[in-house]
Amino acid sequence: MDLVISRPEGLYCPPGDFYIDPWRPVERAVITHGHGDHARPGSRHYLAAAPGEGILRARLGSQIDLQLLPYGETIDHHGIRLSLHPAGHVLGSAQVRLEHGGEVWVASGDYKTEADGTCAPFEPVRCDTFITESTFGLPIYRWQPQAAIFADINAWWQANAAAGRPSLLYCYAFGKAQRILSGLDPSIGPILTHGAMDALTAAYRAAGIALPITEHATTITDPAILRCALVLAPPSAAGTPWVKRFGEHADAFASGWMQLRGTRRRRGVDRGFVLSDHADWPGLQQAISATGAQRVFVTHGSVPVLVRWLEEHGLQAQGFSTEYGGEEEEEEAGEAPAKAPEENDTGNQSGYDPGAPEATPDIPA
Amino acid sequence: MALDATTSSNAKLAAMVAYFQAAPPEDAAWAAYFLAGGKPRQLVPSKVMRDFAQRSAQIPEWLFDESYQAVGDLAETIALLSPQPAGANAGGLALWMEQKLLPLRGLPPEDLLTRLDTSWRELDTPGRFICAKLMTGAFRVGVSKLLVTRALATVAGIDAKRIAERMVGYTDLRARPDAAGFAALVAPESAGGQARDGAQPYPFFLAHSLQSPVEDFEAQIGPVSNWMVEWKWDGIRAQIVRRGGSAWVWSRGEELVTERFPELAQLGARLPEGTVLDGEIVVWQDDRVQPFAKLQQRIGRKTLPAKLLADTPVVLLAYDLLEWQGTDLRQRPQAERRALLEKFFAGFGADYPGAALQLSPLLEADDWQHLAVQREASRSLGVEGMMLKHRQAHYGVGRTKDVGTWWKWKIDPHSIDAVLIYAQQGHGRRAGLYTDYTFAVWDAPPQAPERKLVPFAKAYSGLTDEEMGKVDAIIRRTTTEKFGPVRSVTPSMVFELGFEGIAKSPRHKSGIAVRFPRMLRWRHDKKVEEADTLETLSALLPG
Repeated sequence: MDLVISRPEGLYCPPGDFYIDPWRPVERAVITHGHGDHARPGSRHYLAAAPGEGILRARLGSQIDLQLLPYGETIDHHGIRLSLHPAGHVLGSAQVRLEHGGEVWVASGDYKTEADGTCAPFEPVRCDTFITESTFGLPIYRWQPQAAIFADINAWWQANAAAGRPSLLYCYAFGKAQRILSGLDPSIGPILTHGAMDALTAAYRAAGIALPITEHATTITDPAILRCALVLAPPSAAGTPWVKRFGEHADAFASGWMQLRGTRRRRGVDRGFVLSDHADWPGLQQAISATGAQRVFVTHGSVPVLVRWLEEHGLQAQGFSTEYGGEEEEEEAGEAPAKAPEENDTGNQSGYDPGAPEATPDIPA
Repeated sequence: MALDATTSSNAKLAAMVAYFQAAPPEDAAWAAYFLAGGKPRQLVPSKVMRDFAQRSAQIPEWLFDESYQAVGDLAETIALLSPQPAGANAGGLALWMEQKLLPLRGLPPEDLLTRLDTSWRELDTPGRFICAKLMTGAFRVGVSKLLVTRALATVAGIDAKRIAERMVGYTDLRARPDAAGFAALVAPESAGGQARDGAQPYPFFLAHSLQSPVEDFEAQIGPVSNWMVEWKWDGIRAQIVRRGGSAWVWSRGEELVTERFPELAQLGARLPEGTVLDGEIVVWQDDRVQPFAKLQQRIGRKTLPAKLLADTPVVLLAYDLLEWQGTDLRQRPQAERRALLEKFFAGFGADYPGAALQLSPLLEADDWQHLAVQREASRSLGVEGMMLKHRQAHYGVGRTKDVGTWWKWKIDPHSIDAVLIYAQQGHGRRAGLYTDYTFAVWDAPPQAPERKLVPFAKAYSGLTDEEMGKVDAIIRRTTTEKFGPVRSVTPSMVFELGFEGIAKSPRHKSGIAVRFPRMLRWRHDKKVEEADTLETLSALLPG
């Protein structure tokens, strides 16, 4: 029996009568992680990995009915044994392991195989059937180790500071921003952040993740400080009046999509740093093979490519259509070469309009 | 190179200056060549490059194709797919070009694959990207030739115009940049300074468009007696250079076209030593100029069958004498140069060097109205209108007005030289071919930094099937991005667009809408930088 099937509301587990990352409100939702396309509001009961609590409450509201499960602990629900395992994507991200009638399924949500220090590292889980994402499911996507990318970012910042201009680094507010913070060298200068990142960064700190001291970008007006500062801002802040306060500055964008010159050029920034919270092509292969699964469902990203590749390598593979990500459509339908496809986590921007006064959703203390 | 790491023109300029100053001259020579738009013929067929990439990445063809679709650039795809670890990019550009890349041309595929494999081990990912770009003969970075010229001028400490003069022909297909050539390019101004070497033509002096009503001419540009007037010929602007016992024919794209026009090569060989003529190449039959389409048959061909030569005899309609007996005449007034040109023609007597040389006649008029009446015959004569050259004008560099002016006074229909930037596949008979194009003009004059191409019209008629096939192939080769069915291409093709009406339109990005746009012809002789601007387009607006 299939432990997970695709329904209009989302991926559904029939014997357990619950959904995984549903895109419509349902009775019971197991959430793999807090990005907007996976954690949507309106469901009655939520279940998620314990380290993600702060993030989920910040995004879905402090009053949601949220049951927490530490990584590796098992609960029984309608005869389904369910446990959550680190996916290495962002703080609190989890793979969902389901066991029923001797059959094991794992739904990965989004994952990254490289350990990054801001969340529990990806843990391979043996299973019969694996549901994998495929955001960067092409062999052109191969990441450098993050230490090398952080070294590049710090060198860029250092050079800008030496030249007396602020460094504006655009990145997604949840996950990427905190990961970058963890890799910055605070001895170069002050680190400023856009208001859209504050609540999330606070949630990371509350979860015990060590991050360097940051300040609100808007509170610093002394040009001498700004000139050697690094400013983290969500991509949607680009081109808004908010940016004007920094005067002449260098800008850069950090995303896996920066791997391609075309997206770098469309983004119109000086530099693109190839830093992704998703598995690259070798990472996908490695993760899939480590599960030992003979059957693989492929979701959001390069679905047909990965399906065909896996089939050619002797696995039983098929696509699951989901409403996660959606960056492919965006790329294909884009009419003007002004917008880059956005990484999965764009959904998380919805509550934070950087053009408007900076939003500060409340966070449980 | 740092050029990819910034979007600012000033930073690009600074990066180039720093590079040219620091790099060994033999490397700088090649860098200047590529940055200024030089393209050697393709060194490795793209099919071989693809095979190589698939093999080294150990992926099937379909997966290579998927990757290429996503990247949209062959060289970049290959670089991204090549397995790590990579080497350290030892050796400079010159070494790579001369010892590793140029010798690849014409090798059998098996040898190519072996050599590529060796080279690849020595390069990192950006190095591989540049290398693949050079191999496929499609190296382009976001700098204009003007910016390169300015960088070289800074390095040399001389005027950018002098660099422009020295750059003429530097990026010719057969050019082989070397340290000596680069040294000459950035040499300080010497006292004598004017001697031209061998084949070098002069930078072409270009005309400005005159679009005012004729009633305003008197007030705007003075009496007709100040001007020398000729027909504006619809052909290819060219210089014939006769020096050191040889002759060369240069098109205004700074391309050597001697071999395409054997009539003119023969003519050149019979000119007196130390002569440079400026004029228009046209097909001339039955005592009149033939449509440009006829001349087009002579362009872009590998061979010139005797029948074609007989069917499309070309002449140079000479209108300026730039060098005579080895002396540069460009600082002499137009009228004086014209007198010398006529004397030159008269001097041949019985030794006339052949029917391929003709004098572009002067037109006489008592006033502008009288000239306007004569101009009405333009279309029936097969010319594009008139050229007005100030009697006192020196022969300037490029499209300048600082030493005198040339005006082109073109006839309707409105026409604009525009750049093809997007393409879409056609339907029906044209299914599978990229035949529907979006055209753009520049949003600022050539001197402007950071100017952009602004789309203003779509057109899909006016080309022959053969031309469509060629354009289609270029579009596939130069696609940079895909948006659904629309391909964005590296701007490389200039077309003359004709249209019946023009009006302001807030709905269009350019602010202008044109009626019944169609391609009048493919301007092989024009570079993208020479396409028209939004300003010239707006000048056509009524009222």
